[in-house]
Amino acid sequence: MLGRTAASLFWMSRYMERAENVARLTEVGYRSALTPDSGGGHRGDWQSVLQAAGCLRGFEARGFPLTADAARDYLLFDRENSSSVMSCIEIARNNARSVRTAVTREMWEALNSTWNEFAALAPGAVGPARLPEILDWIRQRTALFRGATIGTLLRDEGYHFSQIGAYLERADNTARILKMRYSVLLPSSSGEINDRSAYQWETILRSVSAHRSYRHFYQESYRPHHIAEFLVLRQEMPRSLRHCCDLICESLRHLVALTEGGESCVTFADQRFGGLCNMKVEHIMTSGLGAFLDGFINDTGELATAIGEEFHFL
Amino acid sequence: MLRKEAYAVGASANAFDEMLDADGKPRAPYRALAAWLAAQNGSDIRQKQQEADTMFRRLGITFAVYGDAAASERLIPFDMIPRVLAAAEWRFLERGIQQRVRALNAFLYDIYHQQEIIRAGIVPAEMIAGNAAFLPEMMGFDPPRNIYAHIIGTDIVRTGDGGFFVLEDNLRTPSGVSYMLENREAMMRLFPELFAGHLVAPIEQYPDMLRQTLESVAPADCDGAPTLAVLTPGTFNSAYFEHAFLADQMGVELVTGSDLMIEDGALYMRTIRGRERVHVLYRRIDDAFIDPLNFNPDSMLGVPGLFDLYRAGKVTLVNAPGTGIADDKAIYAYVPEIIQFYTGEKPILNNVPTMRCAVPEECAQVLANLQDLVVKEVHGSGGYGMLIGPHASKMELRRFAARIAANPGNYIAQPTLALSTCPAFVGSGTGLGIGPRHVDLRPFVLVGDRIRVTPGGLTRVALKKGSLVVNSSQGGGTKDTWVLED
Repeated sequence: MLGRTAASLFWMSRYMERAENVARLTEVGYRSALTPDSGGGHRGDWQSVLQAAGCLRGFEARGFPLTADAARDYLLFDRENSSSVMSCIEIARNNARSVRTAVTREMWEALNSTWNEFAALAPGAVGPARLPEILDWIRQRTALFRGATIGTLLRDEGYHFSQIGAYLERADNTARILKMRYSVLLPSSSGEINDRSAYQWETILRSVSAHRSYRHFYQESYRPHHIAEFLVLRQEMPRSLRHCCDLICESLRHLVALTEGGESCVTFADQRFGGLCNMKVEHIMTSGLGAFLDGFINDTGELATAIGEEFHFL
Repeated sequence: MLRKEAYAVGASANAFDEMLDADGKPRAPYRALAAWLAAQNGSDIRQKQQEADTMFRRLGITFAVYGDAAASERLIPFDMIPRVLAAAEWRFLERGIQQRVRALNAFLYDIYHQQEIIRAGIVPAEMIAGNAAFLPEMMGFDPPRNIYAHIIGTDIVRTGDGGFFVLEDNLRTPSGVSYMLENREAMMRLFPELFAGHLVAPIEQYPDMLRQTLESVAPADCDGAPTLAVLTPGTFNSAYFEHAFLADQMGVELVTGSDLMIEDGALYMRTIRGRERVHVLYRRIDDAFIDPLNFNPDSMLGVPGLFDLYRAGKVTLVNAPGTGIADDKAIYAYVPEIIQFYTGEKPILNNVPTMRCAVPEECAQVLANLQDLVVKEVHGSGGYGMLIGPHASKMELRRFAARIAANPGNYIAQPTLALSTCPAFVGSGTGLGIGPRHVDLRPFVLVGDRIRVTPGGLTRVALKKGSLVVNSSQGGGTKDTWVLED
């Protein structure tokens, strides 16, 4: 397999995962804009949504006003924003197109029809009324693509590069969302829990579609250290750092077996992420959740670079 | 019932209709198809058209139109009525094509070696030496099996019952074979019942034959199975879909220049395991761009030093660089003599009579009869820069005459041929009907350990009523082409 092909499969899946995450974050922003603030207005949480999506700096640089319309258009449609859903779908499709021989017909059709239909949407036509429908549609289409990948792609090197791309993106996304809002999980000096903190906890869980699975899993109301545990350490939670890292390591081991190369990446991943399975959330909270997340985001970045070098991504 | 747009006797004026004879009766190869067509109704056909459109769009079978940024990916219109050739007609065409490609390969070998044909006074020396498509770098080099043009598309038009003419030889990087294959796939999915009633010669063996052809010209120093790759300029190229399609169908890598490197005197591609040797490169990049060290220094598409490696016999380039000298429109006029010179046989397939503006007497004749002629640029392609006299305004004729006078060597002229017509679906909605449309034919030929011609080829159809321009860049479409077996 060409190094470029491996790189394209990695980025194709990574960008489709990002499209889904950006859509989910947009939904969080939309919901919070509908929720009354204690001050009498609406909460309007677009700034932190943009920040969690890694888009705030670009948004501000363009001089847009911080309104729901502007934020929504920037997150969904702006082609100059490389993390907008439009850009993600387009980049994913371009990657797939450049390695058409390495993706199945089902994957290509899922991607190509998503791109065709999304590109045909006029941003102006998607007012607040149609937004939930569009966001649902994006999640369905990314699920279709993922399903086509899992259901039809040969389990050779290409599959594992695609998996690694998707799970690195997902781990990075969960870590960034937590990092954005982790301060609300820290014990406050007064020890008081008000409805505002409960709302903010729920927002964190919603950003990773875990507000319902949390209740099933813990059978209790939100508790900050459990939220942190759920998102960082629980292998049962499909967007947790632990779960993503398990799958990344698994795919890396497959790659080593298939290519007789890449040992150093497995060693690196084991060193940095192997500890997640024995770690206690109390330990992370005491030694500092923020610092832990910074370290994690840095490690995933280094791992991505190491994989690119090891497997000749160009 | 479908509206029949003047599909009656004499409707297509002086053009030969391949389905109906002068009495309006279906010709033998079309009998079953004509009966089937008569039984179709508009709403079913509209639904099938929709299905076909979705099918092609989903698969991403698109092409880029240069200079049209808004519609950077378009579908080539697909007409669902197949074009039918009888077994005997095809046998004749096949023999003619084989003779022609054998002669053209012999011509290329000669031009890049002793140039006997020039010494014999058949082709003037200045037609070669002064020709931009002639590559002096190829002089004296023996490509594997002495084959230069391995993959060829021969454009053929028909003007009467037996009246087949070769309009053009495409010996550089001819495209369209993926449309031929996908059109057949689409037809088999849309109208399985039609195939049940016809013995249609299969074409799906093409990728296999292409693979065998490429393997048969591996460089001498390759022991074991050669590694093949398809070299594409990239996703922005108008034929990118085809490049990916062919690589996929053959099960070989699709590479760009940046995937390749030259090390230790061999060509390698960069894989996830490190480098892997490439023996045969089916390159879909023009000569000028394959190697910035030897040719166009600004090329970002090729590989520096690739041509030296080729000349050293370490990699085979398919087609060979420099084949353009044999499909140049100025050389075209000499092909009948070329066939006779190298094969000792009379040409089976005729050329369209061609006037060379480079010759002063012929140029004067062209300028005097411009309104009746088709004038083409010697190096033009895709239907660009071409004049169709009978369809041009006085103003256009005057302008074109000035261009010819300024640079006569750049033009050739041919009589306006009454291209044959085939039935096509025309109109839309309740106006959907069947009408005669002009067509041409591009059969695809492979030359390696032997010559392989895929039955049929790509039929291009000018979907605009009365139009003679079949190029996809100018509103042409394609059809499935059936060769019936006896």
